[in-house]
Amino acid sequence: MTAIDARRSVPAGTAGPARKPRWTRDGFETRFFGIARWVVIGALLIVTAFPFYYMALLSIRDLGSVLNNPGALWTDVRHLNLSAYKRVLVSVSSGGEGFLGFMRNSAVLSFGTVALTLLVSIPGSYAISRLRFFGRRHISVLFLAVYLFPSIILAVPLFVFFTRVNMRGSLVAVLLVYVSQTVAVSIYMLRNYFDTIPVSLEEAAALDGCGRLGTMWRISLPLAMPAILANALFIFMVAWNEFLFALLFLADDRSRWTVSLGLSELTGNSIEIPTTVLMAASVVTTIPIIVLFFASERLLAGGLTAGAEKG
Amino acid sequence: MRRSEARAGIGLIAPTVVIVIAVVVLPIIWSISLSFQRVRLLTLHSAGFFGQYSLENFKLVFTSQGFVSTLLTTVAYSVLGTAASIALGLVAALALRRRFKARGLVRSIMLLPYVAPVVAATFVWQVMLSPQFGIVDYWGKRLFGWDKPVAFLSQQTSRVSIFGIHLGIPLALIMVILFEAWRQFPFAFLFLTARLQAIPGSLEEAAKVDGATVSQRFRYVVWPQLVPTIAVLSVLRFIWTFTKFDDIYLLTGGGAGTEVVSVRVYNFLTGNGDIGLASAQALVLAVVMAVPVGFYMWRFGRREERLS
Repeated sequence: MTAIDARRSVPAGTAGPARKPRWTRDGFETRFFGIARWVVIGALLIVTAFPFYYMALLSIRDLGSVLNNPGALWTDVRHLNLSAYKRVLVSVSSGGEGFLGFMRNSAVLSFGTVALTLLVSIPGSYAISRLRFFGRRHISVLFLAVYLFPSIILAVPLFVFFTRVNMRGSLVAVLLVYVSQTVAVSIYMLRNYFDTIPVSLEEAAALDGCGRLGTMWRISLPLAMPAILANALFIFMVAWNEFLFALLFLADDRSRWTVSLGLSELTGNSIEIPTTVLMAASVVTTIPIIVLFFASERLLAGGLTAGAEKG
Repeated sequence: MRRSEARAGIGLIAPTVVIVIAVVVLPIIWSISLSFQRVRLLTLHSAGFFGQYSLENFKLVFTSQGFVSTLLTTVAYSVLGTAASIALGLVAALALRRRFKARGLVRSIMLLPYVAPVVAATFVWQVMLSPQFGIVDYWGKRLFGWDKPVAFLSQQTSRVSIFGIHLGIPLALIMVILFEAWRQFPFAFLFLTARLQAIPGSLEEAAKVDGATVSQRFRYVVWPQLVPTIAVLSVLRFIWTFTKFDDIYLLTGGGAGTEVVSVRVYNFLTGNGDIGLASAQALVLAVVMAVPVGFYMWRFGRREERLS
């Protein structure tokens, strides 16, 4: 075989260009899309990354130079100016904007949402995936509907209800709302994962004398850990980024603002606060999510396709 | 055995069901009741489930100034935003299909707009598009030679002359649609990438052997495989874009011809403190939304019971 190939390739190599027309559609397309592909990748990279680069850049320049030369695409390291970050982070009483406090609120809400949602959604999704009980199908449909339903429609009655019971400014109310917003998608994602775990593993455990809860705890839960982690990251991201309910519930009391709300309230009166400070605040708001995202990119990307952020 | 299984199942699912009913289902029902009552934030203490029902709020919703234009804006925003984000996601998924060095990193960077907090993303856009010291305006003046500062986000229509024809384009609306495409294309990108990976390579190889060019292989082999995913994405993105609040509220505040229905609901609620009116407007939105939601659940919910 190799001998034949070798013999054939000699004339093909010499006579090839003469026999083949130079411009075939296939050759043209292969070359065209080969180049277009890199152009597209380059353009997409600039479009997606530049705003974040620009955000970081402005946050470390000083205001005067930004106003003098707004088009600059980089800054001299010697002119590095971190005063904006100082002003953003320190508390109001020390002349800052108090973002450390906002970050604490956001962290409490986000971790609380993750813990509470997983606490109810892990057993719930296990039940929907594994156990036969009356109403299982209806509950599945209900959760899908809740997941698809837009939050602005819920905003009015929840705003009214929590105002009525005098709980509107409390973090607990917001926590409860966040859990209700994430629990449906969480069950949805975890249920799909439990469905992929073979039942035979659990049956084996049951034969060995493991009770139902024991099986769930010792067998199913460890197997579902990747999905649970991805789910936890996803919920954290949703809670950290959430804006509408924070705005409706917490806007009145500065000590309860989350980072997103704090940033939007600051930009609202941006006449008094310099752009560089606001950009530093944007960076502070974004950094935790970016760090989390790059630290767990594979997990989170999996989590993002398993479910999707409503909005 | 069967009975104990049912009992365990109900026990495990009960906490979730209680939360969903208490914080989602009951509020929706109450909202329906509120939309038929004249309730304001100041008279809230007397509001309950029962009251004097009337159709007054709905009459106000339909006859109030700007109802039609808001609806049209919302439709334009959601249709074009959905289409643009899916098209961009498709282009990105195809460009990143073949393996290359640092593809993982490029992929992660492209997801940034989607995972970043919406407040920070909208704010950096505002700064970049600012007519005073925005970088877009700065380079636009130098590279494209526009002479006056362009207020991208606060100008309802912009006069543009192309080949001597003067056109008025809805500038602010175009900007919020572009923002939507920028922020949501990674979503379509992720789903389409997952779908592309599932296409068996042998199909395309066979087409290649038969002499199909790159574009023909896409048109006749890859595209038919993607259509179902694109259909799912379209319905989902349409549902969520139609009711989107954050992006437009933060970018333009609903000004300059970008007021969408959800911003209107918010303004009725907090600006006017008119709870009945806000509920009625939200209910109208919910009824409109029930069509695509129902369609999605009927078409895709049962068969696949998953999003991908």
